[in-house]
Amino acid sequence: MTAAADPLGRRSIFARPRAETGIWSWVTTVDHKRIGIMYFLTAFTFFIVGGIEALIIRAQLARPAGPEGLIVGPDVYNQIFTMHALTMIFLALMPLGAAFFNYLLPLMIGARDVAFPRLNAFSYWVYLFGGLFLYSSVFASGMPDGGWFNYAPLSTVGADPTGTAAGSLAAAEASHAARMLFYSLGLQILGIASLASAANFIVTILNMRAPGMTLMRLPIFTWMVLITSFLLLFALPVIGVGLWQLMFDVRFGSQFFNPAAGGDPILWQHMFWLFGHPEVYILILPAFGVVSEVIPTFARKPLFGYAAMVFSGIAIGFMGWGVWAHHMFAAGLGPVANSAFALSTMFIAVPTGVKIFNWLGTLWGGHIRFTTPMLFAVGLVAMFTIGGLSGVTHSIVPHTLQQTDTYYVVAHLHYVLFGGSIFGLFAGMYYWFPKVTGRMMNDRLGKAHFWLQFVGFNLTFAPMHIVGLQGMPRRIYRYQAGMGWDFWNMVETIGSFTIALAVLIFIANLITSSRRGEVAGNDPWDARTLEWTTTSPPPVHNFDEIPDVTARDELWHRKYAGPGTEPPVRVPAGGSQDHGEDAAEHHGGPGIHMPDPSYYPALAALGMPIAAYGVMTGGAAMVALLGLGGLIILAGLFGWVLEPSAE
Amino acid sequence: MTDTTAPHVESGGHPPTSLGVPNEKMAIWGFLGSECLFFGALISTYLIYLGRYNDGPGPEIFDIPFTSVSTFILLMSSLGMVLALSAIQHGQMRRFRTWTLATALMGSVFLAGQIFEFTEFYAHGMTLGASPWSSSFFVLTGFHGFHVAFGIMMLLGLWSGSMMGRIPQERSWVVENVGLYWHFVDIVWILIFTVVYLIPAE
Repeated sequence: MTAAADPLGRRSIFARPRAETGIWSWVTTVDHKRIGIMYFLTAFTFFIVGGIEALIIRAQLARPAGPEGLIVGPDVYNQIFTMHALTMIFLALMPLGAAFFNYLLPLMIGARDVAFPRLNAFSYWVYLFGGLFLYSSVFASGMPDGGWFNYAPLSTVGADPTGTAAGSLAAAEASHAARMLFYSLGLQILGIASLASAANFIVTILNMRAPGMTLMRLPIFTWMVLITSFLLLFALPVIGVGLWQLMFDVRFGSQFFNPAAGGDPILWQHMFWLFGHPEVYILILPAFGVVSEVIPTFARKPLFGYAAMVFSGIAIGFMGWGVWAHHMFAAGLGPVANSAFALSTMFIAVPTGVKIFNWLGTLWGGHIRFTTPMLFAVGLVAMFTIGGLSGVTHSIVPHTLQQTDTYYVVAHLHYVLFGGSIFGLFAGMYYWFPKVTGRMMNDRLGKAHFWLQFVGFNLTFAPMHIVGLQGMPRRIYRYQAGMGWDFWNMVETIGSFTIALAVLIFIANLITSSRRGEVAGNDPWDARTLEWTTTSPPPVHNFDEIPDVTARDELWHRKYAGPGTEPPVRVPAGGSQDHGEDAAEHHGGPGIHMPDPSYYPALAALGMPIAAYGVMTGGAAMVALLGLGGLIILAGLFGWVLEPSAE
Repeated sequence: MTDTTAPHVESGGHPPTSLGVPNEKMAIWGFLGSECLFFGALISTYLIYLGRYNDGPGPEIFDIPFTSVSTFILLMSSLGMVLALSAIQHGQMRRFRTWTLATALMGSVFLAGQIFEFTEFYAHGMTLGASPWSSSFFVLTGFHGFHVAFGIMMLLGLWSGSMMGRIPQERSWVVENVGLYWHFVDIVWILIFTVVYLIPAE
């Protein structure tokens, strides 16, 4: 094997990591399943942090208050609502999706790993370090406080106009500038992680499929990952450019968004939302994919309208690029632009509606089992529909002009991202937990979790429609009594703490079930797709023999469709790119070679936050930190390139 | 149907893949697609800010003959890249190393020209913060220069790898992938040169 990977059989300078247990085995792992688990644990931790921030917001707004008697002051409040959004979107939801992609994708398509296992590890470490970088701002200047879309020119206030060190500015302005740098550089780093994993997943899906796994036999989840990855691939560079421009404005005195010098703040809005709207689909499509796997399993019917599901997903992927300016109806783009984007926004509801009706069609006449994952999946269908409908109301420009920047928008986006994404991801957690751990989650606790979360969710976010229509603005740290908002705000706060209780039940369930849960077996749900053909948890190499796929819902056909049960054929697919050729031929036996662990992905990732800190300083410190970070990145990349993927 | 996804065995030492395209090459194409959006956003910014010079200099500051020469050198480096790839595919290792170094050298000359140009502009009052136009010029061409620099590092990596004997003829696809990136960076420069230097403002 070594000969194929490295013609001269040379070893890299440093010994390869060999640990198979303990912390170093996790730091150096390139196994997609372990990386998936790390993604999950990290993202769920950030989900808790973002949730605590939400609880602080709700506790503060529970009652009207004067300037005194507040839990947090306006400055901290701004930081908290900004970080709530950034955390939930970039540090919780996207990586939770990535956790599912990582763990399940190779299993679902019958591969042994992703196309680039070390790039996959790199993505994870960049994500982790990017998240820690973003949160390290709390020890420095304070956290970003400009809202998640961080509109210019507010974001460039306090910019350093002379290009000298930030330390020479007035303290307040300097700290604001530093916060904006944490925002732009932190998101930039996180973007690199997503970009790398997007390219990785695209290649994996297109190139690593088991024999017979045609594109139209792919599980729908896989299709949604493919579409999401393409959206990431094309959306992230746009926000990347915007973030660089912001960084140059704030730190080096360029004039992109400064209207006083002829710059155009609206340009930032375009850049942001040209990324921001595809981002919405990046957040929701993975959850759609999960639900499209869960509902057929528990309705015991094939997915209704598979092709319609695929093509509506693709249609969403394309149309998602033509609707961004509906976030900017209040920016004054003019009636022609507003009308065009209003129309495209109404149109994009059509493929989304197709999906809703396909799920209903799958449920129709099925033998439905209301297990916990099924409850969450049906919860998504119902809650997302509400969010989708309030979304369509936003396409009507006069209506948006009325509702923009009110709690009505907050209600809409939480119905879509919480009622949609989070419910879908919880469905996936309950559904695939037996595959990951080999044990079932407690169903009784799961149902308690669902109902508490369902009720709490609606208590929290449904009244926001009402107070929003009554004119309560977003992002206010306090409000006065007598506006008619008091009652519903108290209800919302009670609802949010109900959600917190529900999530606590989930955590308890997660911990106890992973230790003492009922043993699951390979296929506890009587499911339909390939990941359930292997053991729970799957072996390192996923499949002893790469399956030969003869049908959509392969496993179902093997179990229930007589002739599909011939033994799987040994075929040369999977593994990593370095040993795709039949390993058994070389080793004359079950010697399946998997890629070896490596230090370098984590090392290369470590250089990024160091270089980013460099931008915030000035003079010699800047040169030193940028140089050090750059050197670490280069050292990591060179070690990576020179080291064979497997020895 | 099975035919389309049965593993194809590519000549040239690639492991079999579902689509017959090597994984690395597909990833590079995906990355280049992403780069199109990156440079698209930068060029759009430049076009939006064309004409917003404040009191600073405008495009009359450009020395078009000078930049034409460095552009020509960068374009010729693409030819060098092609010859390097052809050499390694035919197993001519010395020729491969020569053309790889020549390509890197031509890229470096282009970069040196860009650095010279930037210092000239700065000396004439066209700084990063002079106007939205100058900001977008420096960030656009600067990011392109950064891409060229990264490409040079990869070329030097190829050269040193070849010296160590790590890139035999069967692994010529490594060179092909670096070549894809290099040609892309060249093509983007054609676009930038046309839009920024050749199309006159007003």
